[in-house]
Amino acid sequence: MTTITLDDLRRIMRESAGADESVDLDGDIAAVPFEDLGYDSLALLEMSAVVRQEFDVVVPDGALEHSKTPQDAVDLINQLVAAR
Amino acid sequence: MAAVVTGIGVTAPNGVGIDEYWAATLAGRSGLGPITRFDPGRYRIQVGGEVTDRGDLRVPGRLAVQTDRWSHLGVIAAGLALADATVTPAFLPEYEMAVVTASSSGGTEFGQKEIEKLWSKGPQHVSAYQSIAWFYAATTGQLSIKHGMRGPSGVICSEQAGGLDSLAQARRLIRQGTRLVLGGGTDASLSPYGLVAQMSTGRLSERGEYRPFDPEASGYLPGEGGAIVVVEDLAEALSRGAVPYGVIAGHGATFDVAGREPGLRRAAELALADAGVPASTVDVVFADAVGLPAPDRVEADAIRALFGPHGVPVTAPKTMTGRMYGGGSSLDVVAALLAIRDGAVPPTVGTTTVVPDYELDLVLGQARRLPVRTALILARGWGGFNSALVLTATAANETGTE
Repeated sequence: MTTITLDDLRRIMRESAGADESVDLDGDIAAVPFEDLGYDSLALLEMSAVVRQEFDVVVPDGALEHSKTPQDAVDLINQLVAAR
Repeated sequence: MAAVVTGIGVTAPNGVGIDEYWAATLAGRSGLGPITRFDPGRYRIQVGGEVTDRGDLRVPGRLAVQTDRWSHLGVIAAGLALADATVTPAFLPEYEMAVVTASSSGGTEFGQKEIEKLWSKGPQHVSAYQSIAWFYAATTGQLSIKHGMRGPSGVICSEQAGGLDSLAQARRLIRQGTRLVLGGGTDASLSPYGLVAQMSTGRLSERGEYRPFDPEASGYLPGEGGAIVVVEDLAEALSRGAVPYGVIAGHGATFDVAGREPGLRRAAELALADAGVPASTVDVVFADAVGLPAPDRVEADAIRALFGPHGVPVTAPKTMTGRMYGGGSSLDVVAALLAIRDGAVPPTVGTTTVVPDYELDLVLGQARRLPVRTALILARGWGGFNSALVLTATAANETGTE
């Protein structure tokens, strides 16, 4: 069983939706809402698609709404992996 | 009330930014060469005009991933135009600024990559951004978001005529009270799918040449890029200390119908009438210059009918970039504005001699120094679009000849 780490998520965020120069994805982002990192609903949709390919779990629609944080996302994905 | 251009941003195959582009264009330096964005070996068209990316001008990370190259070139051009106009959009009311770009082919390169993922890996691998990146309004939308411009925005799709039509719409908006409009446009369709789509018209030169009005004319070559300009009201621009490049003085558009006389001449007449100037005041014509005998003759006939034989200097600097569709006519507007600024008409390259009975005074070989106060730009879009735009100098930019 493969779990996801915050660093995995950083990479997926960068690859799937890009990162603006004003945001340091390598910094302390665990508790920063996606919205404040510049990731909108489309970005979260794209991240969910990559997570599905890599971790074989389906993130339910709306589960990663933009007020959530990267740590929330890591916890959710790992719960889904554990429940598989 | 007069709509004026106060800022220019260029992303062209022969130069990015006003200085690089204009120096190359006056010197007759072409940006055409072998296509390198993909291997064109299996296609009959292998020469085009590609924009060389400048390391100091980068698209912000998210837009780089989420949009097509044509939008990248538009975002860079818009940034250059706003800086040139010394405008900071964040300081202006967002509903008083609008974006109207021309787009011909949308995001073909982005779309091709995602379609490849669809057939090779399956639907889960198609980027969510395909939903917005291909769309011909994407550049307008992304510029609107990036610069906080929420006024009456739109996109014009009339192929090569689009750049002129977008500036006509920008003028309309200024007259209706919008304070600032980003106009012009870009196009970029140098992917296999984009190239094949362009080849479907049968107008591209399989000889790898672009020599309009020449007895050897064999079609045109494709290019990518274009220009974005800042349009404002003249009085407003002067009151904030801006120096306008010129006035968008007149516009005319017509549509060709099979079996009837081509409407290019009438579009030019409408533009001159709209500007309220006689043909005799026009100092230079920037030709549409398709580069095939039939449309070249239509254009030569229109110019001769308006100005008389050899009656006005005519040029086609797009022979250094290839036709860039919505971006191409936008770039012609920039070339005309810089001709007004500097009193210099750039040359047409590639063409060596002009078909004698066209009776055109085509500026060949090298730039021609002459005062330019009024310029006429002609453009035709595939499918029947004709557009003409008249630009005039303002008192603030009386042409100086060196």
